[in-house]
Amino acid sequence: MKRVYADNNATTQVAPEVLDAMMPYLTEKYGNPSSMHEFGGQVGKVIEDAREKVALALGAQNATEIVFLSCGTESDNTAIRSALATKKDRRKIVTTRVEHPAVLTLCRHLEREGYQVRYLPVDRQGNLNLDDLRDAMDDQVAVVSIMAANNETGVLYPVAEAARIAHQHGALFHTDAVQIMGKVPLNLQETDIDLLSISGHKIHAPKGIGALYIRRGSRFRPMILGGHQERGRRGGTENVPGIVALGKAAELSLQHIDDEQTRVRALRDRLETALLRIPNSIVNGDRDNRLPGTLNISFEFVEGEAMLLMLDQVGICASSGSACTSGTLEPSHVLRALGVPFSFAHGSLRFSFGRYNNDADVDHIIETLPPIIERLREISPFKPA
Amino acid sequence: MKGGYPGKHRLFPVSPIDLIGQKEAKMAWNYSELVKQHFFQPKNVGRVENADGTGDVGSIACGDALSLTIAVDKTTDTITDAKFQTFGCGSAIAASSMLTEMIKGKTLDEALKVSNADIAKALGGLPPEKMHCSVMGREALEAAVNNYRGITPEAHDEEEGRVICTCFGVTEGKLRHVIAENDLRTLEDITNYTKAGGGCGACIDELEILLEEHLQQKPHTPTPTAARQPLTNLQRIALIQELLDHEVRPILQEDAGDLELVDIDGLRVTIRMVGQCSGCRAAGLTTKWIEDKLREIVDPAIELHVKEDL
Repeated sequence: MKRVYADNNATTQVAPEVLDAMMPYLTEKYGNPSSMHEFGGQVGKVIEDAREKVALALGAQNATEIVFLSCGTESDNTAIRSALATKKDRRKIVTTRVEHPAVLTLCRHLEREGYQVRYLPVDRQGNLNLDDLRDAMDDQVAVVSIMAANNETGVLYPVAEAARIAHQHGALFHTDAVQIMGKVPLNLQETDIDLLSISGHKIHAPKGIGALYIRRGSRFRPMILGGHQERGRRGGTENVPGIVALGKAAELSLQHIDDEQTRVRALRDRLETALLRIPNSIVNGDRDNRLPGTLNISFEFVEGEAMLLMLDQVGICASSGSACTSGTLEPSHVLRALGVPFSFAHGSLRFSFGRYNNDADVDHIIETLPPIIERLREISPFKPA
Repeated sequence: MKGGYPGKHRLFPVSPIDLIGQKEAKMAWNYSELVKQHFFQPKNVGRVENADGTGDVGSIACGDALSLTIAVDKTTDTITDAKFQTFGCGSAIAASSMLTEMIKGKTLDEALKVSNADIAKALGGLPPEKMHCSVMGREALEAAVNNYRGITPEAHDEEEGRVICTCFGVTEGKLRHVIAENDLRTLEDITNYTKAGGGCGACIDELEILLEEHLQQKPHTPTPTAARQPLTNLQRIALIQELLDHEVRPILQEDAGDLELVDIDGLRVTIRMVGQCSGCRAAGLTTKWIEDKLREIVDPAIELHVKEDL
């Protein structure tokens, strides 16, 4: 059976070039970079090489601004906790209602620790109004954390402008950029962004590696204490194969931005046009302000999990924001923040394309999904008028 | 909770699991073969023409809805045909399909004996968080039979009492009924079976009161078989397992702890404490409480041993 992987916002296939680059560090070059001998010492050099590559991909000023750690979630947690620790006299956090759980769960936890958290709303298209951010700012805000692109809808957020607003009030600015990297060019040195989180497995490196950008000159408090690794900013023996992989993946991601913006975007747009022909369907998120490969689309009168089960039968991997798949009884917090009507929110599907998708993938979805929806609508007591 | 359990941890006044405030996102792919079969090839889809009874439950806002239609032979009071239409996830469709298969050919009174647990069982079990799908089936059956018998939804609603969970429109009557019929023991069970408490959470306090009332009315004391008759080995093992699973572990789990039953050798019961219970300062008190329970209900000569982790 043909397998169509259209869930690249969840995770991506490791690129063969990345696997090749990391393989020696899983096999013969197993030295510890902290060792005094040359066998370990040579490994330290490849870590610095990877750091350069990540810095370049992010448009950072200096490689020392990059700290390697285990994943996007650790990066988000470290960034926000560090910001709070270095702005001790301030007790407020500003974020959005559509953040990833890596940020939202932490913020809810911090509320219990006594911090005040302001969750900015988004409009029906999923866009943020920067006036809401301006209104939320005062000299008590320690950190503003706003994602660069939303994982469910793909909607992009004006983080450069938001960072300027945060700085006007003396707050630090963090952004979760795991979804945007490799899809939209980044140039951190031209922005006010203080802290930025990325994750390896979203850009064709393996799971278990991430990074945090910390603007040069910023104060920083590590979350994991241990040895002197990462200049004392993240204890623990380095995940050398992961770091090498992330460096290679970052390098490749720069080369593929054009492909994402043209070919991948065209795949997404073709699927979108075809699926919108299905009656009672809507796109969730601003169609003009989105990641190129993401399509979040809802079909009324059918339920997301049922669609996913049937798609799985024909080899298609996608995801849904329906209640049954969000692990709770309510549809995803993102779709609810957009105010997607319940009748549509329960029937949402997310397709996310990337480097390895092609026209045949789109054809397979266009052929198989409409009959699935038709079948489920036959079973459903609700029908299009 | 009664029973001399030492209570909340001092180090964790709030259970660390609660702090997260989010359920682990779970894809429910671990459906039984029968669930898959009834989802991919559902039986009796559609509407019975000129139906004698119709039961509509759930809503599109809640994420699942079921419309059941039945044909009834008036002379024998037998369900001659049943069809369904369902909006919902895989298990909601499978439960509806199974329900129609189970009630066809039964008299109305026989059909009403089909409980939600029977539906779930017939499907080879449902994941705990999907039990509400079987409850929806049972409700639709009741609604269809009431409709046939001329009991108006309004009259029925009054019986159901006020709405406790406003997110999912769950009434006090339904909650009491489902809690009692399925002998629910935890808040999580209530949400899994009825959805109540799964939205904004404002009704949690009220759900706790209902749960407490049920637990007091029906403390889960396994009845010692034929008073004072010595238990066989098998009976003793079954009783110990039941007691640990239903009365002890749920309480430990409230504090993110748990135990594993390692061995039962005659009157010697060996357990291992896990999670937060492992290495807990209050572990001594906890094991004493477990031993007391075992002695009270199974045999006064029970000896409890705790296996330490290596």
